[in-house]
Amino acid sequence: MKTARAWLALTIVTVALGALALGAGPAAAADPVKIGLVAALSGQSAASGEAITRGLTVAIEEINGKGGVLGGRMLELVRRDDESNPSKGVTAARELIFKEQVAALFGGIDSPVSLAIVPIANAEKKPFLGVWAAATGITRNGANPNYVFRVSAVDVIVDKGLIQYAAKTYGAKKPGLMLINNPWGESNNDGLTKAAAAQGLTLAGVEKFQTEDVDMVPQLSRLKEAGADSIILVANAAPAAQVIRSLDRMGWPVPVISHWGISGGRFVELGGPGATKVHFVQTYSFFGEQNPRGKHLLELLMKRYPAVKGPADVIAPVGTANAYDAMHILARAIQAAGTSDGPKVREAMLKAGRYEGLIKTYDPAFTADNHDALNENDYVMVRYTDKGEIVPVKGK
Amino acid sequence: MLILSALITGVATGSMYGLLALGFHVTWAVSRTVNFAQGSSMMLGAVLLYGLAVTHHWPGAVAVVVALGLCGVYGLAVERCVVRPFVARKSEAWLMATVAVGIVLDNVALFTFGKEPRGMPSPLTRHTVQVLGAGVYPLHLLIPAVGLGIAAALALVTRYTVYGKALLAVVQNPQAARLVGVRVETATSAAYLLSTVFAGVAGILIAPLVTVSAGMGWVFGIKAFAAAILGGLDSAWGVVVAGILFGLTEALITAVLGSTYTNILSFGVVIPALALMPHGLLGRAGAQRV
Repeated sequence: MKTARAWLALTIVTVALGALALGAGPAAAADPVKIGLVAALSGQSAASGEAITRGLTVAIEEINGKGGVLGGRMLELVRRDDESNPSKGVTAARELIFKEQVAALFGGIDSPVSLAIVPIANAEKKPFLGVWAAATGITRNGANPNYVFRVSAVDVIVDKGLIQYAAKTYGAKKPGLMLINNPWGESNNDGLTKAAAAQGLTLAGVEKFQTEDVDMVPQLSRLKEAGADSIILVANAAPAAQVIRSLDRMGWPVPVISHWGISGGRFVELGGPGATKVHFVQTYSFFGEQNPRGKHLLELLMKRYPAVKGPADVIAPVGTANAYDAMHILARAIQAAGTSDGPKVREAMLKAGRYEGLIKTYDPAFTADNHDALNENDYVMVRYTDKGEIVPVKGK
Repeated sequence: MLILSALITGVATGSMYGLLALGFHVTWAVSRTVNFAQGSSMMLGAVLLYGLAVTHHWPGAVAVVVALGLCGVYGLAVERCVVRPFVARKSEAWLMATVAVGIVLDNVALFTFGKEPRGMPSPLTRHTVQVLGAGVYPLHLLIPAVGLGIAAALALVTRYTVYGKALLAVVQNPQAARLVGVRVETATSAAYLLSTVFAGVAGILIAPLVTVSAGMGWVFGIKAFAAAILGGLDSAWGVVVAGILFGLTEALITAVLGSTYTNILSFGVVIPALALMPHGLLGRAGAQRV
């Protein structure tokens, strides 16, 4: 038995050495191109980090399957958990840049974390790609040259969409805002207030709450007393679920239109039946008619992740969709730049031509003064089913 | 309506602080030690119940009993392994040791239970009931009833049963109690068992209103300790009343000023309260009589 194993090991080593010797070009021996991800891999938004990981992994395996980038260098994903905590995110970003020497960084769901990483990415000249966090200031950060790009929603545009949707679908005249008390909530406070003014609506009020809060009745009661006819909700899944529970306890059947933070966790499990009535925004839905890319990606996901049996099992779908497109755009830029050097890749990102992606055909994805690849034409309104699947809202 | 609703949720949360604080009280009264990580014991109750009832589909009542039983066993283990050896050497290191055990427990839960907070389904949070125009879940009303009920039961047991009197004897004079045949070690073990079961009950009751997660007990435990100190560790009713007052204060601050100020103000109140009443709300200076 032992001898058999020893022989097997020896054979493997010989074959491997032989393969190395035969195939030895600079390409085969070349180092991988590392791609960093700093996202919430644990905690209440863990699902978002997993979804982004899946989108990146599937795209990377596709690219590597076709021979990688830069003449045969494989892409390799290096992940770090930011635990939704900006200071942990900053530490992780520095580690990935200085120790792991990643070619580029991807960010996660939490705007406060991404906002904290932006100055580091710009100072160290590393392309930083946002695939979820939507705070306006992430890409519009005032840096020149700006190394931050995003394939995701942008608060200022989403806010316009949410207000218009409230007015059109629910005839809202006096929406009330329920915002998480952090920089992401602040970003939306600004955007929603301006959007409401542009639409000629007055706000019933602006209420804030903390991530750990479990009773939002006081805030909601103030909005109700101020005559709110709809609620615009901006928060991640756990606190947003408590808003829904509080509405349920108050017996107040007000329409709720939400930003997409709620799609990063177990919103329906935590929020109860009321959670399925909330309409919210997404950049992509795996339900309904799919473009060829969509069909292909779904097949890849089902093959790679056995738990995925259909569109309903694609958890936190925007994370996967945005990350998948962004990874392909980045790989094309690295290829076009001919190097993984930050400044050159940045320039190539801006010069990239037409690309037929999953969410849309990017033509081009980015320009010098617009580092956001998606806009209001790329959003869809969806809701949760009681099984926790995200489906498009009918008739829209 | 706003204030009323805040009062009801405040009393509910406050009774859970009270129940945890009662856990501090029983071990302190008997042995002059506490399990500082009462919050982790509370988390243990909630996580065990979730694992048994939701993940493994056990019937609810069986799951509750088994979860509380395991909490009790954990309490016994904490006393035997982490508190007793240090006390025997007249060391105060049990203080840090219980904190350490709690952190270990939190992290074990993180690995086994998972990193994502989960929602605990409960028949008592499915529908709301109206109390003077404020909507609350039946659970909000049950929680204070259970908290006060347990405090009352504890008071009755200590006053009128042999076991209770034995406990009181240990409290007053361990040496004398030993001489008349009371087993001090057993009394201390029993106190730790009770203390952890109380925490488990609190965890199970509060879980459907919050989320179940490995870190759910941490802040809760600290607030309960504040309540225990405020109420006076020697007074069972004192710690329960202090817990409820703490919960009420928090809820009212949140309702009136917003939750940004809750922790600042509610903990801020603790310091002057202690300065004015160093022996707690219902405590008496140097009182050893019972």
